[in-house]
Amino acid sequence: MSYQLPKFRHPDLPVNALGYTRADYEGSISTLCAGCGHDSISGAIVRACHELALEPHKIAKLSGIGCSSKSPTYFLGKSHGFNSVHGRMPSVVSGANMANRDLLYLGVSGDGDTASIGMGQFAHAVRRNLNMVYIVMNNGCYGLTKGQDSATADAGSASKKGDPNPFSAIDLPGLALQLGATFVARSFSGDKGQLVPLIKAAISHRGFALIDVISPCVTFNNNPGSTKSYDFVREHAEATGTVDFVPMREEITTSYPAGRSQEVTLHDGSVLHLEKLAPDLDPFDRVSAMVALQRHSAEGQILTGLIYMDKDSRDLHDIMETSRRPLNSLVEEDLCPGDKVLANINASLR
Amino acid sequence: MNPTDIKNPEYFHKVVDCQYACPAHTPVPEYIRLIAAGRYDDAYMVNWESNVFPGILGRTCDRPCEPACRRGRIAKGEEPVAICRLKRVAADNKTDISERLPRIPEQKNGKRIALIGAGPASLTVARDLMPLGYDIDIYDNQFAGGGMMRSQIPSFRLPASVLDEEVGYILDMGVVTHFNTEVTSLKSVLEKDYDAVFVGTGAPRGRGLNLPGLEEAGKRVHIGIDWLASVAFEHTSSIGKRVLVLGGGNTAMDCCRTSRRLGGEDVRVVVRSPFADMKASPWEKEDAMHEGIPIYDNHVPKEFVVENGELKGMLFEKVEAQYDENGKRSLVPTGEDLVFMEADDVLMAIGQDNAFPWVERDLGIEFDNWDMPVVDKVTFQSTNPRVFFGGDAAFGPENVITAVAHGHQAAISIDLFCRAEPVTNRPAPMTNLVSQKMGIHEWSYDNQVENDKRFVVPMAPLEETLRNRKLEVELGFDLSTGFKEAERCLNCDVQTVFDTPRCIECDACVDICPTDCISFVENAEESELRTRLSAAAGNLAQDLYVSTELPTQRVMVKDENVCLHCGLCAERCPTSAWDMQKFLYSVTKAGQ
Repeated sequence: MSYQLPKFRHPDLPVNALGYTRADYEGSISTLCAGCGHDSISGAIVRACHELALEPHKIAKLSGIGCSSKSPTYFLGKSHGFNSVHGRMPSVVSGANMANRDLLYLGVSGDGDTASIGMGQFAHAVRRNLNMVYIVMNNGCYGLTKGQDSATADAGSASKKGDPNPFSAIDLPGLALQLGATFVARSFSGDKGQLVPLIKAAISHRGFALIDVISPCVTFNNNPGSTKSYDFVREHAEATGTVDFVPMREEITTSYPAGRSQEVTLHDGSVLHLEKLAPDLDPFDRVSAMVALQRHSAEGQILTGLIYMDKDSRDLHDIMETSRRPLNSLVEEDLCPGDKVLANINASLR
Repeated sequence: MNPTDIKNPEYFHKVVDCQYACPAHTPVPEYIRLIAAGRYDDAYMVNWESNVFPGILGRTCDRPCEPACRRGRIAKGEEPVAICRLKRVAADNKTDISERLPRIPEQKNGKRIALIGAGPASLTVARDLMPLGYDIDIYDNQFAGGGMMRSQIPSFRLPASVLDEEVGYILDMGVVTHFNTEVTSLKSVLEKDYDAVFVGTGAPRGRGLNLPGLEEAGKRVHIGIDWLASVAFEHTSSIGKRVLVLGGGNTAMDCCRTSRRLGGEDVRVVVRSPFADMKASPWEKEDAMHEGIPIYDNHVPKEFVVENGELKGMLFEKVEAQYDENGKRSLVPTGEDLVFMEADDVLMAIGQDNAFPWVERDLGIEFDNWDMPVVDKVTFQSTNPRVFFGGDAAFGPENVITAVAHGHQAAISIDLFCRAEPVTNRPAPMTNLVSQKMGIHEWSYDNQVENDKRFVVPMAPLEETLRNRKLEVELGFDLSTGFKEAERCLNCDVQTVFDTPRCIECDACVDICPTDCISFVENAEESELRTRLSAAAGNLAQDLYVSTELPTQRVMVKDENVCLHCGLCAERCPTSAWDMQKFLYSVTKAGQ
């Protein structure tokens, strides 16, 4: 078994605006099972961060417990990381984000970590519109403890050695929409063409951005009868449309067919191109998104792609009118502005 | 693109860059692994089977394998594995291998073969045919076997003991030697009723320059290869203090370095072309410069300067190289004054030619416009079916390893001819493809890629080697350095083999591949496909490995160019769609 990745990379790897190659965004070699969907998601995160030319030291990756939550070791080796208590990652992000709003917060969680033990935490991070990317590596089972059904396992789905699941599944995008999420997407670990632009859009979005990524567990839940296997997802996935993300500093060179495509400018100046495939979905209308999600689910389809996005999203800092500067940059003068200021405040309250 | 046919032995053969580039197709990674395992005898025999002279070639080979080595491409500043010098490690550290040499049948097959010239080509023919029961006579004008390896390669690069040993392995098979015998008539040889005759007489005629003053300069102007031979045979033991060597090939390098050892103090190499265009191997140029020999490039010799019947030096015209749009070079005079360089002796090493004055023109052997025999490029048969050519004698000057490759092929032809089978019935290569899987994530080869830079071969102290013409300059790798250098090999013969039906398109191989070799994309024409991959495949000399169509209507495409053969794709593959399989390719020899 190889414990180290060879140091050699393709000699002609493209460099981004910072002069970094993709290799600069990699982490240690994965110790997850061979073929785990989570590794593909890690690969997609590496690609998205490289292509967006993000500075690695301005990213914090946070996770809870589980196979999914191990994965931050395997990407962004030069970024900050916090591996928190099971299901408590949103609390840690909340604290960190309040203290330093300048970092990009990339939360990685699993279906157990989010939909079971961390459900309460998840719900409140969504409704507060905490500015973060929240990626769920969703394999419908507890892979780290030999594949028991998780809360996102579909009713009737069976894992490798298990009976069909008798309980109804928690649908995370549906739940997030209900809780007021401002960016909701679903994707598949086996489709980087869709996943990478979604991650980029989620990073550029201001507010809570959920990407529920179906990520097959090759060891325990990739068998016939499972609704989270590579084959099942490929057969039943239906994309809302194709997404193309153009960062702010780049010129738009692709041409898009008229009529079916829409262009959205994000708050940081990046442009999102959506080419619609699902005729019944308006991804800027919450009700339409909820209906489309329910209808596809009822038809046994898995709706993937960008499901909903609030173009005018206001994140927790906007809502609470917090300091525009990170707390660690505030000096004594800012925090103790002196007697005169205090006198003014007192006067205003008289 | 059409799916790659991996059943065609040439596909995986080409992936093993070193072996593919070697004229004799020596299985390089195979013997390098044996060296790393300390199995020097086995490593030596793998070489001996293929290239006949591992000890000689481990010191003197032109090593076309090294520029081809994948290791030299995987990063800027990364150099190829020191393949040639590793071969020497095997040769230097082997024990007595005589037991492993082929048995020579007591009962002969009744066929008699004559080999003219006892150089590497002829010796290879003898090596391949003696075990099959042929009676072989070998003729050479020198006192011992080895040909140009004895007369032209100086002892400080190739000690006589190494040469004698490896020539001896062949002659001791019972070859009847006729040394000190100049063959002056091919007709007389043919009249001796040999079943076949092989001509391996090399390219023995050194070119000269007929410039003004040549005649007056007389004995102080020498033909390089003749002079080297006369040094090797100890007819010459000194040279003047100031020596000019004309020419930029490996012979020029041997001439100048030999001059330094015979009393030359101010030895200069003067060459017409720019330094970078010189024919000499880069390492031979380095070795010459290391011995304090300057190389003057862009100097065209014009005239020998002779005063009172005594050579004083030479005049040169300075030129500069200009290249037209087709890259064709012309040397244009700069218009500066002629440059005078003093000299007591001048050695001319500007090329060598074939010479067949001893081949009568009425023997049914056709000669072409350049007075070269017409020889089949595959069978090495001349237009007289009984006469075969090989080595430099066949198509002009090349090198030892090419002569060996010719010898193997000529031996096959001679054997077929003597058995009255068509010589065009070439045997297919022997190939073998075996999985290296030992268990989950475990391989029977060392798949870890070492980060060491190429190791430098240690040399004997300069003062000592310049004092003694026979003292070998290079000391060879010691065992621990040899091991470390062997570990630099990427094991390119351990192939990444893809089995489409098993693939579930999980992308694990794409994600793990450190050098972005693998992509899953929609199929297209090759030129378009090369641009669609995770890293653009710009090296057109390297093939793309394309699978049949997958369930998502995509194909797997692997660019072979900078694959590290680290096995991580196969390690991360959940369904064993990827497997690491060792591909052994060996050129079939006569009688196999």
